[in-house]
Amino acid sequence: MQNLYTVSKDYRKEIADDKYYYARSCIRQNFFPGSEVTFLNILKKDLDRDVFDDPKHTTCTGIAYHSDVIPFDTIQTVVARHFALMSENGYENFIASCVTSFGMYIEITETWKHFPEQLELIREHLKKATGREFMIPKNIAHTSDIVYKYRMRIAEQMKYPLVNAKTGQPLKVVDHIGCHYAKMFPDKGEGGAEFTQVLQGMIKAWGGATVDYPERRHCCGFGFRQYLVQANRGYSVSNSKKKFESMQPYEPDLIVANCPGCAMFMDRWQYTLNEMQGTRYGASDTMIPVLTYEEMAGLVLGYDPWDMGLQMHQVDVTPLLDKMGVKYDPDGKYRTRTGRPIGSYTPQQSR
Amino acid sequence: MKNIVIIGGGIAGVETACALAEGGNHVTIIERDDKLGGKLNQWYCLFPDFKKSTQVLDYIKNRIKNFDIELKLKSTVEKVEPNGDGYFIHTGNVRYAADAVVLAVGYDLFDATRKEELGYKIYDNVFTQADIEAKFRSGDLNTTFGKAPERIAIVHCVGSRDEKCHNMYCSKVCCVTGVKQAIEIAKFLPKTEIFCFYMDLRMYDKHFEELYRSAQEHHNIQFIRGRVSEVSATPDQRLSIKTEDTLSGRPMKMKLDMIILLAGMEAKKNTRQVARLFDVETEESGFLRSQDFHLGAGILSRKGIFAAGACISPMSIKETIENARSTAMQVNQYLKTL
Repeated sequence: MQNLYTVSKDYRKEIADDKYYYARSCIRQNFFPGSEVTFLNILKKDLDRDVFDDPKHTTCTGIAYHSDVIPFDTIQTVVARHFALMSENGYENFIASCVTSFGMYIEITETWKHFPEQLELIREHLKKATGREFMIPKNIAHTSDIVYKYRMRIAEQMKYPLVNAKTGQPLKVVDHIGCHYAKMFPDKGEGGAEFTQVLQGMIKAWGGATVDYPERRHCCGFGFRQYLVQANRGYSVSNSKKKFESMQPYEPDLIVANCPGCAMFMDRWQYTLNEMQGTRYGASDTMIPVLTYEEMAGLVLGYDPWDMGLQMHQVDVTPLLDKMGVKYDPDGKYRTRTGRPIGSYTPQQSR
Repeated sequence: MKNIVIIGGGIAGVETACALAEGGNHVTIIERDDKLGGKLNQWYCLFPDFKKSTQVLDYIKNRIKNFDIELKLKSTVEKVEPNGDGYFIHTGNVRYAADAVVLAVGYDLFDATRKEELGYKIYDNVFTQADIEAKFRSGDLNTTFGKAPERIAIVHCVGSRDEKCHNMYCSKVCCVTGVKQAIEIAKFLPKTEIFCFYMDLRMYDKHFEELYRSAQEHHNIQFIRGRVSEVSATPDQRLSIKTEDTLSGRPMKMKLDMIILLAGMEAKKNTRQVARLFDVETEESGFLRSQDFHLGAGILSRKGIFAAGACISPMSIKETIENARSTAMQVNQYLKTL
């Protein structure tokens, strides 16, 4: 059934054009280490944008906050320090790589808007702790918002569209947004919480087709305490299973995720579910490759898949590369640029 | 003879006009549409007795013929000027002198696309109650794929009692409209399973509770207490909903062929603009503010300006007619003081 959603004016988001202060993600740079570098390369080299990657930046502590380990005042002070670093470096537009961090920056600035006394308290905390002062950013965006904003410029430079090179058919792409992007503050996400456009816009602009399946908005399985508390991990896997079963009849070619945690869990849990029950959810008993949107943009622009670290994914991406007609060196997959081997590949078998 | 201008030619406007003309006043109705009757023209039949809406429309059309009421269709008010104890009302090049004005500008149905999670105008076969009335009139209750629906969900409180939409009030008439439509569908399509998803069932008026009971006892309509959180499409061209049965405390998923959203009543989009033009107050909800909830529902905050019908608050056809007659009495009392 066709989805006829159009973005209402309530869910149009203002996204800054240029001069970004970049806040990295704790887990994106660990799970998909090439993803953030690809984003920076696309912004600097392909889009000629000014983006500052600050080595003094730290975790936002969002995962700890959502796991009840860090109190709200503490995370506000950490975030205030990030804003101070942004101001000290002469930037006003703050962009976050992590969906949870983005949600935190929004939650905290909204809190300060409604409770100015809290803002004053945090100013005091930061001054006492670090001697710093801060300005609230003029614009806060998630890094996918920036890629979305420039999707048509990327399309102009596109080398490999999201199209099956043999059949000419658009690839069927599942988009997964991540809870903290717009579910808490729907007006802060392009398209709101229900029909978020940020990834769909990229997919359509680059020739792909999106898959609208019943469990589209369901949690990826991470859910913080579902995973972080070891005894709860069954919930995490069963959430992912529910999503995969729902998308399976549509035979997707690719899953693209907005949130680094979601990308990780939708990638790794496919392997886990295969180990647990022998199930694979892609067409013809295959697994569904999972990319971050930076990686998807990089592939479309013709970046080398191994430079982007796509060999680090649990689900093998080579079937996707073959479908898209991406040229790659099969022998370079598990070697560094200087040719040093970095490991070996054991094909995953269905039990 | 006093001059009265009524703004709006729906049920409330016409009934107020007739009641005032009956008292010997000269009445003018200014209506922006090209016909009288307002939203009732879209309805097929009415709760609780399944009276055809055309019977009520015929009643007002016949009633108005008995009086010398001046009708200005396809006209809107552009300017209002004080004129002694009364007003001059300007529509285009025409100026009307009025000793009193009655605002009967009606309501808008809540725009269900604002609850995008319910899929209205996104997926096929998601309708509002107004769309279903049109389907009743055409005699075709099939899905957009030309099949008789096997399973239908009626979703209550869409845009009413909902903080997300900034509509904190109850629209009152949707519950019984849902029950009425469920029974009509059950009569038309006896093999179809019908489910109503509700928060509370507010059967506030005479015969409403009996209608609700009859829906369960005689038409096998199932009532589930829970709000629908999400509508999505399934690979086999059906619809899927997520909800919770709050009485059994269990989450539910259900596949359906058709969903009917009971969209609430909102103040008309231009009610605030009309209120500014006549310098009267509105409430936070956008409806016109009565001078006194108990004693003067039709009296507004400015002398000589009155209101009738659903521009004051959500109300049924029966209540609208009663309210219009009550406002006409208040206007007559006021005119005696001039």
